[in-house]
Amino acid sequence: MSLDLESCPHFAPGCRMNEKTQQPRTLLMPERALRLNGPSLEIVERCDGKHTVQQIITELQQLYSKAEPAKVEQDILGYLALLQRERALDFEPPAM
Amino acid sequence: MNETPTNPLALIAELTHRCPLHCVYCSNPLELTQRSSELSTEDWSRVFKEASALGVLQADFTGGEPLTRPDILDLIRAARAAGLYVNLITSGLPLDESRLEAIVQAGLDHFQLSFQGAHEEIAQEISGTKAHSQKLRVLEWLKRHRVAVTLNFVIHRRNIDQLGEMLSLAESSSATRVEFANVQYYGWAFANRDSLLPTREQLTQSIDFLKKARERLAGKIKVEYVVPDYYAKYPKPCMGGWARKLMLITPSGDALPCHAAKVIPGLCFENVKNRALREIWQDSEAFQKFRGESWMQEPCKTCDRRELDFGGCRCQAFLLTGDAAATDPVCSLSPQRPKVDAILNALKSVGAGFTQPAEPRLTKPDWLYRPNPA
Repeated sequence: MSLDLESCPHFAPGCRMNEKTQQPRTLLMPERALRLNGPSLEIVERCDGKHTVQQIITELQQLYSKAEPAKVEQDILGYLALLQRERALDFEPPAM
Repeated sequence: MNETPTNPLALIAELTHRCPLHCVYCSNPLELTQRSSELSTEDWSRVFKEASALGVLQADFTGGEPLTRPDILDLIRAARAAGLYVNLITSGLPLDESRLEAIVQAGLDHFQLSFQGAHEEIAQEISGTKAHSQKLRVLEWLKRHRVAVTLNFVIHRRNIDQLGEMLSLAESSSATRVEFANVQYYGWAFANRDSLLPTREQLTQSIDFLKKARERLAGKIKVEYVVPDYYAKYPKPCMGGWARKLMLITPSGDALPCHAAKVIPGLCFENVKNRALREIWQDSEAFQKFRGESWMQEPCKTCDRRELDFGGCRCQAFLLTGDAAATDPVCSLSPQRPKVDAILNALKSVGAGFTQPAEPRLTKPDWLYRPNPA
């Protein structure tokens, strides 16, 4: 199942981050918690229903300018697909 | 074991043993806690704060039936205020739509609704209550509220042939997760085991069916299937290991490493009314008992898998072998595996089969129903 690069990921109902004051930052969902570090935190923070998948990729490629852009893209798409399979993310289709 | 254990990730808050259902597979202990012994709202609020300070991320509100607590809204608010993610494990009774709305407003993150089958007849047989139509109403209300929804279908010989209908029910709901959880044998389920265990043939067919369903629904609904331990080749890493990841607080405040731990004789359990949660987690005799590897017997002691499954389930080892330190006998490497095989082989002579005879009355077992404590 491939992701639409123009769609906007956002948290599904019941999926949220722990409080800003709680460390480490963690993505919480039914019966599961994902620890967020560097790149995964940067990705998840942009799953706000306003960033398209493509924008997330572009911004992270700029942020991690020393990394291979193709690898950054692959990692992001893989991570978003994982979160979608876990039903932590929904993807808003592109506005017409 | 001398090293400080890692922090627990989840707190199982067994809020009450009271329940309007009488399910024959209930994992509560046979000795149920009376209402008068239940922890107060204030007790639980303090437990949630201490759990959060200890690093716990999630609270599972369970029971019995957690909705029988009149202070359920206060409890949800207290857990959220303490910084916990709140799961509610419920039968959906007693509930109306305005109470559901209040529960969601109070901060509930995840609503897990149990189902005993795909229709009223099997639900009534298994739960001893007419609860199915209420659950269908709850499903409709859930569509109108923003909360994660999981449907949990408890599977056993009497309903494993209804997976298709159960899946259709799930697909017509707003659930994004559905668990088909085979009964595991503790508590009341252990007492009713011979009527609950599916045959190997039933199990194989169910695995094939749900594998296809999982693929079809990937990205839309997460389908999980848990097979009965007795049919596994290796044991489950029970609770993520004894006192490693999870702790359970009983309705009266006893701290346990799991819901069944009281079957193990000679363990001393501490109570949250008498001691801080952190100290109980780190130091209590019951929690220390099976941490590390020094308690292990062969083959676990030198087994390559011991860091994967920790030798399986201590409670199950006790229930089946009389020794809580033995290798969980569901393990194919256990010298006591033949005990489990004998139980499974005995099912053939019970006349269990995937296609039930047309007259369910003739095959309805003599169930031991779980009562509602005072």
